[in-house]
Amino acid sequence: MEDLRLVANNMRKNIVKMVHNAKSGHPGGSLSCADILTALYFNVMNIDKNNLNDKKRDKLVMSKGHASPALYAVLAEKGFISEEELMTFRLINSRIQGHPNMKSCPGVDMTTGSLGQGLSVGVGMSLANKLDNNPFRTYVICGDGECDEGMIWEAAMAASHYKLDNLLMILDHNGLQIDGRNEDVMNNAPLGEKFAAFGWNVFGVDGHDIDAVTEACKAAETVKGKPTVIIAETVKGKGVSFMENQAGWHGKAPNDEELAIALKDLGGEE
Amino acid sequence: MAKIATREAYGKALAALALRNPDVVALDADLAASTKTNEVKKVAPERHFDFGIAEANMIGAAAGFACNGKIPFASTFAIFASGRAYDQVRNSVGYPHLNVKICATHAGVTVGEDGATHQALEDLALMRVIPGMTVIQPADAIETEAVINAIAEYEGPVYVRLGRAAVEEINTSPDYKFEIGKGVVIHEGTSPVTMIATGVMVQEAQKAIETLNEQGINPNLINIHTIKPIDEELIVRYAEKSDYIVSLEEHSVIGGLGSAVSEVLARKCPRKQLFIGVQDVFGESGKANQLMEKYGLAADRVVEQVLEFLK
Ligand SMILES: Cc1ncc(C[n+]2csc(CCOP(=O)(O)OP(=O)(O)O)c2C)c(N)n1
Ligand SMILES: [Mg+2]
Repeated sequence: MEDLRLVANNMRKNIVKMVHNAKSGHPGGSLSCADILTALYFNVMNIDKNNLNDKKRDKLVMSKGHASPALYAVLAEKGFISEEELMTFRLINSRIQGHPNMKSCPGVDMTTGSLGQGLSVGVGMSLANKLDNNPFRTYVICGDGECDEGMIWEAAMAASHYKLDNLLMILDHNGLQIDGRNEDVMNNAPLGEKFAAFGWNVFGVDGHDIDAVTEACKAAETVKGKPTVIIAETVKGKGVSFMENQAGWHGKAPNDEELAIALKDLGGEE
Repeated sequence: MAKIATREAYGKALAALALRNPDVVALDADLAASTKTNEVKKVAPERHFDFGIAEANMIGAAAGFACNGKIPFASTFAIFASGRAYDQVRNSVGYPHLNVKICATHAGVTVGEDGATHQALEDLALMRVIPGMTVIQPADAIETEAVINAIAEYEGPVYVRLGRAAVEEINTSPDYKFEIGKGVVIHEGTSPVTMIATGVMVQEAQKAIETLNEQGINPNLINIHTIKPIDEELIVRYAEKSDYIVSLEEHSVIGGLGSAVSEVLARKCPRKQLFIGVQDVFGESGKANQLMEKYGLAADRVVEQVLEFLK
């Protein structure tokens, strides 16, 4: 079996290269969810080249759309887009826009970028799946800062009201947003307790342990009658020494020297 | 003739559609009794979803339904559909061009007593400016039913503007045919004046024409139910035989039908235009007919303004 840590590591290299090449983009929150995406696309979701265009299959909504480099990187690992195409990120005429566009990029299941909206879309997808009595599941990745948005809690209420046990939210809990630490910008803690109070099943997991994320996703499938949120403890900028836990690397591109250090941190180029 | 509100006709048409088409789902935000989506609850309760007082979430969920092959009809008051949930409509429905039908009721001053907070006078402008959004305002119950059936067949986002107050039936002719984007000639006049109206203003314009006729003025009257994409061909054809154009809408004169008409005329056939509508102010409480009068929308006020314009 392929070691998925190598897949995630290659994604991280692509993330820093894409952002470096575009001279813009969001490396911090992309690096923090690379392992989560690896677990989802390689161990959990039933998505492959053959069912890519089906309206009905497991779907992922990258609600924190600024982490588009991570999404594009995993789509490239799956072969839905080519690795070369990654280097068109944010450039004119590219299919891979600054924030994910479902109409232009194969494998992007929902257009996102305006934070707070993805969980609601996940609610609609999950309700549709229930109506059709089909077994497909909906996965939504949200940021912790994103949970400042009131709409997240509207969606949380609805997901629990409609008993959406076919909906799984993964919260990339890296503790940072743009202006600094969550607790300094807007203290929305404790998020787990809040979701529990909204009627959700809550799991906690090390968001960089691909096996643990996989197991939590599988365990969520057995929880009936309520939606599950996995609070994934992560490090923003994970894997790149100077980006780790630095709010300043939320939306900044590395220069040539910084790219070289980043790639070295990630084990160097083959 | 019976007067029926377009929202009433909407509820009936949607329930009938839901029975015919299993992909249709109705979404509401705690206003099902007012928007009339509760008609769907009666016939297909498993396909009626109340989202509570959470319009943003409702629109987001509508996008999700559309992603998975359903045809969601999402309803609330026009002010909330176009205002509260604007970013959701733009980014989660408009930009991905999803097959979501936003059927917003209680538009305009005919909302009445609830006052300015509930009277959407800018929703046509807000929706019209979103790329790829189709914007429709039916004039009566017959047209409303036709609109609901037509947009269910059309793939893409649509905003439908519906009213609270009962309106007269206008499209009673047996050969009335509704087509998205095609205006309807209601009256062939003889004067070089063309009135272009939408929604409740079609009936007001009709009445105004009766009075104008007595004074020897006989304008043409066109019903533009589809504000976007607008029927350029028809508007230009009538502008060519007119010296004066009058646009009429129960909406701000900024950004709505009048603006859309003038955008066509400025490019293709410049004409003097009178903009009848709400003159860049908020509404207020009152009876629907009192407000129509006060804001210059009632037939007698239309006559006044047209006569002044033609002087
Ligand atoms: C509605 C909205 N407001 C503001 C922004 C700008 N913005 C982009 S990312 C971000 C911070 C997100 O923080 P978090 O959700 O914690 O994401 P992560 O740390 O995982 O990158 C903000 C405020 C946005 N994209 N959407
Ligand atoms: Mg964060």
